Amino acid sequence: MELRKDYFADVRKDGLHEIGQPRPRLDSPGHVTGKTAYFADRNFPGMLHLKMVRSPHHHARIRSIDTSEAEKHPGVVRVLTAKDVPHNVYTILILIQIGPEDETVLADGKVRWRGEAVVAVLAETERAAQEAAAKVKVDYEVLPAVFDMEEALKPGAPLVNEYHGQNYYLYDSGECRKVRFGDVEAGFAQADHILEQSYRSSPIEHAPTETTGCVVAPEGNDRFTCYTNTQAMFFTLDNTSIILQMPGSKLHFVGGTVGGGFGGKVDVIVEPIAILGAKLTGRPVCFIYSREEEMQISSPRAAEKVVIKDGVMKDGRIVARKVTGYTDAGAYSRHSPYGAQKGAAHYPGPYTIPNVWIDTYCVYTNRTPSSAMRGFGVTIGDFALEVQMDKLARLIGMDPLEFRFINAYRDGDMKAHRQPTEGAALIECMQEASRAANWPVAEKYMAMSSYKKGA
Amino acid sequence: MAIRRGRGVAAINYPTGMNLGGDPTQALVHSTPTGNFMVTLSSVDLGQGMKQIMAQICAETIGVPTDRVVIDTADTDTGPHCMGTFASRGTHRAGNAVIQAAKEARQVMLEVAAEELEVNASDLETDGQGNIQVKGAPQKSISIFDVALSAHFKRGRSISGRGMFLIPRSYPEKETGAMKPSTCYAHACTVADVEVDDETGEVTVLTVKNVFEIGRALNPKMVEQQLVGGSWMGISHALYETTEPYYPNRDHGGTDFNQYLMPGPGDLAETEIIVLERPSADGPFGAKGPGEMCANPQIPAIANAVFDAVGVRIDTLPITPERILRALKAQAAG
Repeated sequence: MELRKDYFADVRKDGLHEIGQPRPRLDSPGHVTGKTAYFADRNFPGMLHLKMVRSPHHHARIRSIDTSEAEKHPGVVRVLTAKDVPHNVYTILILIQIGPEDETVLADGKVRWRGEAVVAVLAETERAAQEAAAKVKVDYEVLPAVFDMEEALKPGAPLVNEYHGQNYYLYDSGECRKVRFGDVEAGFAQADHILEQSYRSSPIEHAPTETTGCVVAPEGNDRFTCYTNTQAMFFTLDNTSIILQMPGSKLHFVGGTVGGGFGGKVDVIVEPIAILGAKLTGRPVCFIYSREEEMQISSPRAAEKVVIKDGVMKDGRIVARKVTGYTDAGAYSRHSPYGAQKGAAHYPGPYTIPNVWIDTYCVYTNRTPSSAMRGFGVTIGDFALEVQMDKLARLIGMDPLEFRFINAYRDGDMKAHRQPTEGAALIECMQEASRAANWPVAEKYMAMSSYKKGA
Repeated sequence: MAIRRGRGVAAINYPTGMNLGGDPTQALVHSTPTGNFMVTLSSVDLGQGMKQIMAQICAETIGVPTDRVVIDTADTDTGPHCMGTFASRGTHRAGNAVIQAAKEARQVMLEVAAEELEVNASDLETDGQGNIQVKGAPQKSISIFDVALSAHFKRGRSISGRGMFLIPRSYPEKETGAMKPSTCYAHACTVADVEVDDETGEVTVLTVKNVFEIGRALNPKMVEQQLVGGSWMGISHALYETTEPYYPNRDHGGTDFNQYLMPGPGDLAETEIIVLERPSADGPFGAKGPGEMCANPQIPAIANAVFDAVGVRIDTLPITPERILRALKAQAAG
């Protein structure tokens, strides 16, 4: 790595004692010698293992659940169904009033994706829990499912989630989050060229080294300590408090050492049901995702579809940009309504464009609910935006890097979501990339600055 | 049939934090009787090194070496509230809270030192080595060890501080979408060089040259670790990863690391990282959040490089050999 201190030296005070120093990490010796304690290193006498019975169907009505054989299985201590969960229908963003509650801790009457949790089995050993889980009999009536966002948005599509009533999230702005800036149609009317293109992605797994999980120990005084690898301690505690209808003072969460998160450990899935198990049995409980569960059950990054329509002038200026983004939330909201909204604020990218129109939709389908992941609401958008920029440059016969200089935002430029640009540095990053990669651009671009217009 | 070379560029920005519901983080700082400093948080270290950075931020602010600072975090019985570690917010939000708490603790420390040295607190400075001295007269000094003892046992003062950083909630305007979704922005520009085998559709990433602007590199070695890792993840996203290879069809999803494809050590591109620092107005020592941004620009840069190499656009991620071959076939069929 190279620190290029010559850029922005005039606005930066260097020469600090501790900041800017490459101090060795205090936790790295423990990490590399295998001595760091993770949540799963906690083992308590009498600890029970929790295993989930999961839906084999993408969409089905549950006619009946028979747990009698599972309960008789040697080693089984308790079997949990929806009726055991005090506040079974929840949504994690309800903490910040982003409803409606649309997801069940344990399925009640219906499953909406293949892998959805239906019954939790608590047993003395992992093996006994697995064997008993296989003995739970669920009678399903399979329903038509919808997997494709465009199909889901058509009239007459199977309804994925009754708590929403339609296959998209309803914002206060309607069926999508909107950004309107300037007059996009006037921009298209004046453009020398118009280019409309679609971009797509598939779901992506966080693939952390350590799978999602927790270990819960009753403290004996009606309090429960939950050792967890969540990325957000109080977010998890507060949601658990709602789901279990327990005062927060009865809950104690300990974490802070995580074997990789990448956004995949903020869904509050394992902790509430494990604490409930500990509460109902009076014994410690561990619930740890297998690698298969991490891969296919835990939330992935959403698949997206992004449609970009641009109006561009022969001289390289983009005069209009219209973006329609679709986020595949899967069967439940989790964090997706926020991700789609974050996307709306991120378009049209780090460029100053006078006329912008953005619609971002959060769409429900019968697949594993997606949620937050590194670059949430932005990563796939950046892929679409920057490939589109390359296509536009070639369309007007311009160097792709020079084309970006022409449109790059600078301090003071108004963004489409009506925030003035501050602290821009896109131009300097491109200048340095031009040098480092030996990708020459005209001198006038090397003389530009993010500081002010006109340079 | 040939191996063809191509080059692509992408430039991006990335927002720090999330304030959909307001974006708060709190911190507490106190000194032990012998002048070590405890930082209490509920923020989570995901492996990126948050504990270390908070220690360095606290040490710089109080004016002591980093090894005099201990981080106690992620216990809800002791740590004050933190929204969580996501949205590139950890260093920025918690760092600001730690600075505020550390400043308050430092003020008490200087007041006690002033009483011991019989000077005004405003005439004092720290030497960064564990001592407090009179500005312009460094021979008149007292160790922080002795100051802490005095505070605890003689003067009855608590060398401690409370820190809070909050970005108030922004509600997007319904019709226009006017909103303040985040604070400062990090930036990046990546140039990728690839080889595409037009017979197999295989892409080899030869080099990625990443320029990242991150406000300030608080710990350059740790910045490097995060940026290199992120760059690898971008390559992985571009060419390999998905849980549903036939999306929207749900079949053939990988269930382990044998089936869920990611580049291994042998597939690593030569990676160059260059860091620029334009301090943000509201960041701890000007830092912005680089954690998510660093994995984004490689994806379009590689997509553009593939086009540059073989003249087909793959507008669906991941850019697999199968997709490239199908596109080449369609191209040949005219």
